[in-house]
Amino acid sequence: MATSSVLAAPSPTGARAFLKRLRSGDEVARLITLAFATSILLVTVGLLYELWIGSALARQRFGFGFLTSSAWDPVSERFGALPFIYGTVVTSAVALIIAVPLGLGAAIFLAELAPPRVSSTFTFFIELLAAVPSVIYGLLAIFTLVPLMRTVVEPFLSRTLGFLPIFKGAFYGVGYLTGGVILAIMTLPFIISISREALLEVPTEQREAALALGATRWESTWQVVVPYARLGIFGSIFLALARALGETMAVTMVIGNDPSIRASLFAPGYTIAAIIANEFTEATGEIYLDALVGLGLVLFLLTIVINAVARLLIIATTRRGSTNP
Amino acid sequence: MSTANLPSAGSAAGKPVGQHGKLKAVHLSFYYGTYQALHDISLEVPANRITALIGPSGCGKSTFLRTLNRISETIRNTRVEGEVLLDDENVMKVDVTALRRRVGMVFQKSNPFPKSIFENVAYGLKVNGHRGSLADAVEHSLKRAALWDEVKDKLHKSAYALSGGQQQRLCIARALAVDPEVLLLDEPCSALDPIATAKIEDLLFVLKEQCTIVIVTHNMQQAARVADRTGFFLLGKLIEYNTTEIIFKTPARQETEDYITGRFG
Amino acid sequence: MTLRNRWRKTLSYMMLSLTGVCAVLAVAVLFLILGYLFYNGWRSLDWDFLTKLPKPPGERGGGMANAIVGSLQIIFLATLIGLPVGFMAGVYLSEFGGKTFAFLIRYMADLLNGVPSIVIGIFAWTVVVVPLHHFSALAGGLALSLILIPVTARSTEQFLNSVPQTLREGALALGASKWRTIATVVVPAAYRGIATGMILGVARIAGETAPLLFTSLNNQFWSTGFDQPTASLPVMVFTHAIAPYDDWHRQAWAAGLVLLLGVLVANIAARLILSRGISVQR
Repeated sequence: MATSSVLAAPSPTGARAFLKRLRSGDEVARLITLAFATSILLVTVGLLYELWIGSALARQRFGFGFLTSSAWDPVSERFGALPFIYGTVVTSAVALIIAVPLGLGAAIFLAELAPPRVSSTFTFFIELLAAVPSVIYGLLAIFTLVPLMRTVVEPFLSRTLGFLPIFKGAFYGVGYLTGGVILAIMTLPFIISISREALLEVPTEQREAALALGATRWESTWQVVVPYARLGIFGSIFLALARALGETMAVTMVIGNDPSIRASLFAPGYTIAAIIANEFTEATGEIYLDALVGLGLVLFLLTIVINAVARLLIIATTRRGSTNP
Repeated sequence: MSTANLPSAGSAAGKPVGQHGKLKAVHLSFYYGTYQALHDISLEVPANRITALIGPSGCGKSTFLRTLNRISETIRNTRVEGEVLLDDENVMKVDVTALRRRVGMVFQKSNPFPKSIFENVAYGLKVNGHRGSLADAVEHSLKRAALWDEVKDKLHKSAYALSGGQQQRLCIARALAVDPEVLLLDEPCSALDPIATAKIEDLLFVLKEQCTIVIVTHNMQQAARVADRTGFFLLGKLIEYNTTEIIFKTPARQETEDYITGRFG
Repeated sequence: MTLRNRWRKTLSYMMLSLTGVCAVLAVAVLFLILGYLFYNGWRSLDWDFLTKLPKPPGERGGGMANAIVGSLQIIFLATLIGLPVGFMAGVYLSEFGGKTFAFLIRYMADLLNGVPSIVIGIFAWTVVVVPLHHFSALAGGLALSLILIPVTARSTEQFLNSVPQTLREGALALGASKWRTIATVVVPAAYRGIATGMILGVARIAGETAPLLFTSLNNQFWSTGFDQPTASLPVMVFTHAIAPYDDWHRQAWAAGLVLLLGVLVANIAARLILSRGISVQR
């Protein structure tokens, strides 16, 4: 009795067999969909390649000094990325400082306290916020936020906290602070919805254990539930950060367009995305253009790193499930 | 409804009915990766009879069933050693979609498609190229599955509107529509109440005249009720295989007797 | 109750109320945005806006008909390229993908998803605008399609994955080939989710401005073809909002309203489709 050991999905090798499989239609389908999927790979590689090539002149001329130089002078063709990196980082930091407590608070309310109907209605509206285009936020910011900052918020901060270097100096309504505030509003929905899901995944037994020991509602939430969900919450923060870094239109409209580095949050500044948006079509000369593309490359790498960290954190939460942190 | 409306059914046409081994496993072993789930199984399934496969959970009976129509191949990293023969033809050498038209399967939990009742039964016919009236073929299948009277007025309603027992009979009708020579049933009644179960068992008695039936069941009483032959599986091995009467009344092996008498489950 | 316990209880009430305030604030922001936009936009929206071309600054009147049509042109191009490619890629990832290659594609898709849209714009610029030596709707459409592809691929994959394996096995057991099973059973079973993902993706790119700034640029007049610079609503909102003319500000509000309405309607419609779908099936 002959015994044959065959792979459960028999695929005899050879060109003839390949053509035979081709006729069955399955192989054709696989190849077609594979081709489309490969396009994603090609685009990503192409993107990196074009950014690298497109910034060649600037990289050759300035080397790593590009990242540390704060000059930005198209006339004498001296370009440095530092003011824009600074502006990007500062506005994102301000955004997180405002959005994280607010967002986490809202997420706690929605996950722990609100009755299910209220929670899902609120979440529905908050997720709609995430769908509002950036340029609309910018439009509103110019005509509502900027005057508000100029006439109410910044004078108030100047009067009360003006001794701090970050609140010193003249205020115009546009600048790092305003940019940070609009970014905070835009990243709020992400922090809320992802943190809320992380909190909902915490098993009820955890809460109950704390309450059974005599903890108050707040204590059980803040000292047990939130720490349990901290990976997912951090993930949401990093995701929000990634969004803030790459955010273009709204910030461009309120940042003040000043390529300098200032300590005061009231001062106008610039972000990487903003200067590309404003000057790309005006750039004269190869070096100028390459410097802008170089900025694009910096932004690309920055957001990749932050996104990767965010995803790792979020995957770690879902995989961990109920195991001990 | 004759088989003339379907493209050629292969070598099955014209073979005599009887004790002839319709489906044979010959030294069959099966591996999930490096784990061996089936050890050297050899058995013959007689034509036009009901053969039951019993045994405790995880003993390999479902795995064995799934090698018979090669649906086990949908899981990655699996390997088969030995042979499965349909009418003395190695199933590995036959085109798999043609094989599955001749060897049909009904699954443990009913899995109707999210389509209408009519579309569900017609699916196999459309896929395999049916000449002639689709409506007639669908009606015939639903009658064979004893479901026609209950659904004839709502053929275009969603299959999910039916009860659990009805959905399972719909799946049987769907499998029968392509006129298979062999019907494999993987614990078809495990999710059903006794009345629905009884209806399906009555169905099997009628069907075996046209079809060879292999049924995996967790329920020993069911095997005792319906099966002509029974095979007892344990830990991936075929411990004993004989007529149902012998298996249940005078089993040859101690393990069989222990299982039958409920010493383990 | 001891003083300490009373303090703990008070703190609990305070903090928890504070979280409620946060949530209300977050939702309030949405309503403030909508309210303000509606108020200003509605006042500025008139029939002229929807049908006339822009007038030079200083002259009152005129509209943004070309921007509305231009947006539709660009979005059309983007969906023409982006949806099929994304869908097919999603099918590959869910149904055919081997372990390593599919993982790589998934990783790249997520990477692309996180790339700021202005960087995508730079890429489209180098690939289309530079060789052709002019700005075009084609370049803009391509840029937007590059955003649409990974989004569509991942969401298609996710919904195809959620179709239970037993449904596939049921079709295969009847003798259907794999591609047939996918086309006639798996995709129909998941179509609601896939459609929702597509609508949400299109709504997202409809509002994108940055990638259009140096691909399709802008146009004061009708664009005569896909190879011409083309006006679009988002870019119009941007240029008119930062301009020093009051009349242009008025137009910016109107354009913003039209844009936001389109995006929100698509979003709400998509979510309704999805939620209704889940309750219909088992």
